[in-house]
Amino acid sequence: MKYENYMNLEFPSKSANEAFARAAVASFAAQLDPNLDELGDIKTAVSEAVTNCIVHAYPDEIGTIVLKARILPGNVLDIVIKDKGCGIEDIAKAREPMFSTGGEERSGMGFTIMESFMHEVKVNSQRGKGTTVHMRRRIVRRGDKS
Amino acid sequence: MTSFLQDKQLTIALTGEIDHHSAKKTMQQIGEKIDLYLPNLCILDFKAVNFMDSSGIAIVINTLRRMREIGGQIKLSNVPPQPLKVLKTAGVERITSIEPREVMI
Repeated sequence: MKYENYMNLEFPSKSANEAFARAAVASFAAQLDPNLDELGDIKTAVSEAVTNCIVHAYPDEIGTIVLKARILPGNVLDIVIKDKGCGIEDIAKAREPMFSTGGEERSGMGFTIMESFMHEVKVNSQRGKGTTVHMRRRIVRRGDKS
Repeated sequence: MTSFLQDKQLTIALTGEIDHHSAKKTMQQIGEKIDLYLPNLCILDFKAVNFMDSSGIAIVINTLRRMREIGGQIKLSNVPPQPLKVLKTAGVERITSIEPREVMI
């Protein structure tokens, strides 16, 4: 698809990079002139997706996370977050609210938050090969904002 | 993280960005304070929190569980809009009282 701008990032699955990833996407998205609520939603969704890679995709090792963001016509922010980790056994189950294999430190709300904060979320996973999360959010143009 | 105790009410002020990276330590610190003071009420003050993802939900649920174990309650105060939205997505307002941060005009 035709893009107006893009950026690609690659970083190891260290938890210190959660803050870096959401801040980087927020800085990139700034050119779409989002308001604070929209920016908060985007940062939260990115934080959830990247945390999933760190906690679930690479539970016992440090692997690579690839993050791609594009700006598509119509003021749309398109984000792809990809790992080459263990994959998700049952995607439908993983997307259920309050379901988690992550223990008491996790809430099981990651996918639910991505789905309610972004306009579109697609998950593609293959066991042993990795997972790709593809999210989209249209940013309301300033003149249309209430 | 700062905290104070008054009349068996323990207030814990959370700060900065709450995510998976910081959550484990925060959860531990809250647990230690509760075990030390055995309060009737634990107030988590979100005033200085400028970002929170679903890791914060786990912190709240854990704190609630610990407080219930000792017969106490919890309250969330001064919650800014972004953490509030995350908490509401998880339905946390159904299990504890949430006081949003007052809007400064």
